[in-house]
Amino acid sequence: MNIMKYRKIWFGISLFIIIPGIISIVLWGLKLSIDFTGGSLIEISGSQDSAKVIEIVKNEGTEVASIQKTGGDSLIIRTKELPEDQHRKVKKKLEEELKVKETRFETVGPTVSKDITQKAFLLIGAASMLIVIFLAYSFRKVPKPVSSWQFGVTAVIALLHDVLVMLGVFSILGHFLNVEIDSMFVVAALTVIGFSVHDTIVVFDRIRENLIKRGSDDFEQLANDSVLETFSRSINTSFLTFLVLLSLYLLGGSTTQVFVLALLVGIATGTYSSIFNAAPMLVVWQNWKRKHKK
Amino acid sequence: MWPGKGLHLVFKPLKIDWKAPDFKIKEGLDLQGGTHIVYSADLSKIEGDKKKEAMESLKKVIENRINAFGVSEPVIQTTKLGSEDRLVVELPGVKDVQEAMDLIGKTAELEFKEGVNDPTAMPEGFGLTGKELKKATQTFDQSTNQPNVSIEFTDEGAKKFEEATGRNVGKPIYIFLDGQILSYPTVNEKISGGKAVISGEFDIKEAKNLAIQLNAGALPVSVKIIEQRTVGATLGQEAIKKSLFAGIIGVILVMLFMALYYRLPGILADIALVLYTIFVLALFKIFGITVTLAGVAAFILSVGMAVDANVLIFERMKEELRKGKSLSGSVETGFKRAWTSIRDSNIASIITASVLFMFGSGIIRGFAVVLIVGVLVSMFTAVNVTKTLLRLVIKKKIFSKSWMYLGAGSEDER
Repeated sequence: MNIMKYRKIWFGISLFIIIPGIISIVLWGLKLSIDFTGGSLIEISGSQDSAKVIEIVKNEGTEVASIQKTGGDSLIIRTKELPEDQHRKVKKKLEEELKVKETRFETVGPTVSKDITQKAFLLIGAASMLIVIFLAYSFRKVPKPVSSWQFGVTAVIALLHDVLVMLGVFSILGHFLNVEIDSMFVVAALTVIGFSVHDTIVVFDRIRENLIKRGSDDFEQLANDSVLETFSRSINTSFLTFLVLLSLYLLGGSTTQVFVLALLVGIATGTYSSIFNAAPMLVVWQNWKRKHKK
Repeated sequence: MWPGKGLHLVFKPLKIDWKAPDFKIKEGLDLQGGTHIVYSADLSKIEGDKKKEAMESLKKVIENRINAFGVSEPVIQTTKLGSEDRLVVELPGVKDVQEAMDLIGKTAELEFKEGVNDPTAMPEGFGLTGKELKKATQTFDQSTNQPNVSIEFTDEGAKKFEEATGRNVGKPIYIFLDGQILSYPTVNEKISGGKAVISGEFDIKEAKNLAIQLNAGALPVSVKIIEQRTVGATLGQEAIKKSLFAGIIGVILVMLFMALYYRLPGILADIALVLYTIFVLALFKIFGITVTLAGVAAFILSVGMAVDANVLIFERMKEELRKGKSLSGSVETGFKRAWTSIRDSNIASIITASVLFMFGSGIIRGFAVVLIVGVLVSMFTAVNVTKTLLRLVIKKKIFSKSWMYLGAGSEDER
């Protein structure tokens, strides 16, 4: 199998997934949870009478921003930031009139949501930077025509690809299925970054080994061999991780479902990008460098 | 009724709860239910260099209030974000949370009272409160070198204090914080000028604590809720039950796959995986790491990473076997060659997890800790434990049949 030869197809598949995602982000944006926007969330169980709930909350002087039915007999109510005294009034009314139980209450003030948002960008940026530096260092013994920075930069492009795919998919899910992005999504994104780099490094490590053994005369062939040699490992590991996550998704209950879904999407794209994007990009880069030297 | 005579200091003893060893891992609020509240403290009226001290006093007061309420294992931390001083309070369990929250929101009340003639009656206030206290500091008696507490009143407070000490020579003045008696030193003489010393038989720590508590009562610090998360105990319990069940099913599937796909080495890797799980859980217990839902997810993910190291090694061994190397030679080369990629990929994971740990907060941190512990332990179990077991096993004749290994496809006797 010649993976490098068909690299345009592989890049095409990536774009085919990323572009609709970007369109969705531009058109509909991201459905952000109160972690990023600030506000309050009440989850009650025992009744799904949305109209009545909206009426009760309204009578206490607060508008319901959105209301959503979840598994079993629960409702999730979102409002603007609810001060504690008002929350207690609402809670009491709901418990009296609908005989429901409050199972969860969250409120996030504007200063907190602002720094969660800032941190999300900071975390992803800082992690990417450190990985480029680490890879450049770790691959410093790579024989001459290939520079160790190329490994770092392509690995990071591959991981940004994964983050973009995740954001795009969640933007579409948010629009059609009301799936929200919360701070756990940031955790998932960072995990995927770690995992994706993990995967890419295994392929790159083999390229490094082969480069030292064979030299860089036919880089395309060498990269192709390296990907194929590590192929069954990549598939097996991803399959196994996928297996664990899938059981967590199907059996793990509603609280972690969105988080696990983000991980599933991320690990699928992470495996794809390390095999079909990272190494082919390295080949494209190397070919370009060669042409421009001549 | 407490005794009304004598110089006697009353301190709440530092509570040390010793419990019989148990094997339960500490569960986070999202698993056991409870309330997580972040307060923003208004320190605008406090001078720059006193801010840190003020936060310490605030923490101390709130700790006392929560302890008085009997909430088990509360967590109270101060953090700083930019210019904002924050107080994080975690109250496990749902009992009395509302009352505890009401208590936290109150500003501390410090009050000085004097005894009345009837020794069984409650002492009465004479209008001197925390507002009139300028500051309290831990100092030393110049002649005996004993630690004591110096207090200073405002002009108005000094006047009231002078009158009260004048009336109560030889009798105690009672100091109340939040309605609880803090201390009742005896008055030696009438004190004018607004400066006094509380001396008695306390060590430095006790004197310091008293100073902090006195200051807290004088604090003009108000707190405001900026974040609150309450999870009902049932929701949390349900989540942990389901996640654990799902995790166990997932791990069993992984172990089955390893045994079927890689055969004997796969079974050894499974043994290493069981050891890995035991080690990680033991570490959680020893270091008192609190496991949250995110932590459970990180743990399950780290299982994937632990298995990955073995997959890498076995795939490499398979390659070597196919090239016609001997079994023991393939084992050694497999471990040696796979090591660089295991090392580098795990370092990359540790880098991302460390970034999460350093800059993240709450759940993100919990996730990162579990991931770091998991990666470090897995580097040991998946590499060393499996290697040792494999080396032992390949020496035995009955385990040297080629079909037992990896399904590499080569049938020649090794």
